[in-house]
Amino acid sequence: MSTRADAGTLASASDAAARQPRGGVQPPSRGGRPGRSSARTKARIAELAFLVPALVYLVLFFGYPVVKNLLMGFQAYTTKTFFTGEAPFVGLDNYAAVLSSSLFDKALLNTVLFTAGSILGQFVIGLAIAVFFRRSFPLNNVLRALLLLPWLVPLIASAAVWRWILDTDYGALNRALQLLPFVDGNPAWLTSTSLALIAVIGVNIWLGIPFNATILYGGLQEIPEELYEAGALDGATGWRAFRHITWPLLRPVVTVVLVLGVVYTLKVLDIILGLTNGGPANSTQTIATLSYVRSFKEFDFGQGAALGNVLVLLSLLFAVVYLRLNRKAVDE
Amino acid sequence: MPISTAPAEGVDDGAPVTNAAKPAAHRWISTAVGVVIIAFMLFPLYWMVNVSLQSGGGAVATPWFPAAPSLDGYVQAFNDQGRNLVTSLVVSLGSVVLSLIIAAPAAYALAQFKIRWATWVLFGVLITQMIPGIVVANALYSAFSDIGLLNSLPGLILADSTAGVPFAIIVMRAFMGSIPPSIVEAARVDGAGQLRAFVSVVLPMSRNALITAGLFTFLFAWGDFLFALTLTTTEDVRPVTLGLYQYIGTYVSDWSPIMATAVLSSLPAIVLLLVAQRYVAAGVTGGAVK
Repeated sequence: MSTRADAGTLASASDAAARQPRGGVQPPSRGGRPGRSSARTKARIAELAFLVPALVYLVLFFGYPVVKNLLMGFQAYTTKTFFTGEAPFVGLDNYAAVLSSSLFDKALLNTVLFTAGSILGQFVIGLAIAVFFRRSFPLNNVLRALLLLPWLVPLIASAAVWRWILDTDYGALNRALQLLPFVDGNPAWLTSTSLALIAVIGVNIWLGIPFNATILYGGLQEIPEELYEAGALDGATGWRAFRHITWPLLRPVVTVVLVLGVVYTLKVLDIILGLTNGGPANSTQTIATLSYVRSFKEFDFGQGAALGNVLVLLSLLFAVVYLRLNRKAVDE
Repeated sequence: MPISTAPAEGVDDGAPVTNAAKPAAHRWISTAVGVVIIAFMLFPLYWMVNVSLQSGGGAVATPWFPAAPSLDGYVQAFNDQGRNLVTSLVVSLGSVVLSLIIAAPAAYALAQFKIRWATWVLFGVLITQMIPGIVVANALYSAFSDIGLLNSLPGLILADSTAGVPFAIIVMRAFMGSIPPSIVEAARVDGAGQLRAFVSVVLPMSRNALITAGLFTFLFAWGDFLFALTLTTTEDVRPVTLGLYQYIGTYVSDWSPIMATAVLSSLPAIVLLLVAQRYVAAGVTGGAVK
């Protein structure tokens, strides 16, 4: 017993010595001295105490909701539950109801279109702006700072102003369009079923450009200028310099921007509720907004949870598939 | 805005000319292009201000410029939303305090202590970014209803911090990793406990990281709409974002108070960008690319 304890103490002491390579401050190893072990345990507990509040918070406000949603997905969780406290398990009923609803296909398609369209637009325009701002010119810093504004303003405030800009009869956009000679008619941006999704994607692109441009600009700044100078000697300028120098070196940052972008866009809710409330005729309803409607409009929390879980699954699927593909591409 | 604009310039020059060598006129042309880009991007915000200053902005086309600015919209906005603005302020400040108290020690522990499963904790923090707010709201609604946190300031502060806590941990951990451990150890040798060393040495040194994390936590909570929408059901505790949303639903006959409210709700972002630009820039990049 005692030998094992000693061995353990020694092991952890040498472990500690090995993990404390910064010489001078750490006193020389006092291996088998009694009390050392409990002092170490105490120090260890003191260290862990730093993490406890965060761990408790993360478990309560992320862990618990995820588990709770998984459970709720299998329960008949309705207004009645709040009075009786009963939420009987109903197996896969919620998922069956959710998936068989004709609205689900529409919402899934809208989610994919909304995410793909938003990311594509944000990324391409954001990258173009980032490349542009690599030039040095007067006021560059000021303009780049101002670019952040649309991203920092509350989403719902942006949604409100866009609603008025996109108004069919008096909106600024249509009034500007009427000034053009070849346009006639007033596109009903937010009130026609064929245009609403496009309009919502457009607004979301506008919202995402600052983030994309800023992160990509940061990535571009990391690329050493000498590479371009060396490339220029070999005749790589302009588009070829971008293709053969900028793009490969920007790849890690591109990965971050795209993964974060998709993950954030999948769960977007504010901007859609603010612009169209999912309408007209569900033409801008996504999985996220549908989940909200089921839970908080129809008080069917079971179905809302089922949809929320589908959303998490989509997110996970994307992250795993993308990171896999990306790793493969980098390996090759 | 095609990608080829910048490369095209290289072709114009014929040879790789460094930026400094370019003629000044050429650089001012770039400035002009930059101004046009930013003008396009900021037009909606200009429009917000423009409409907010129009009087009687009923169902008619808003003039392009506020030729005769009127503050009627703001008067009504303050009457209708003043209370909500205060609620937003209290919730946001509460969320900053809570998030920093939770995140700062954790960021320090993850950055400096040799904890074997630290990477797992960090991975968990990153994973939280994938969890949709609606999933959190769905679960919190019933939990909050059981323990009486619906329609309460503490409830909103706790829920809104779901954006701030992970972000603050990531941003501050990146910074605290660069504090030389010898400084902390020197304090420890002088007899300071782990906690005292943290409070009297680490925190003062991390001032910039704390400010950056605090700023963004504030903006996240201030801009929160989802938790306001789902976790409040009465008018007692109503952040301005929700007030604005309900405005859009009911008030569409007159846009100037709506836009005045939107401007007021955008003020913190504008002010913070003006007075704390370097912290904002640090936060945008720090949060995404560690």
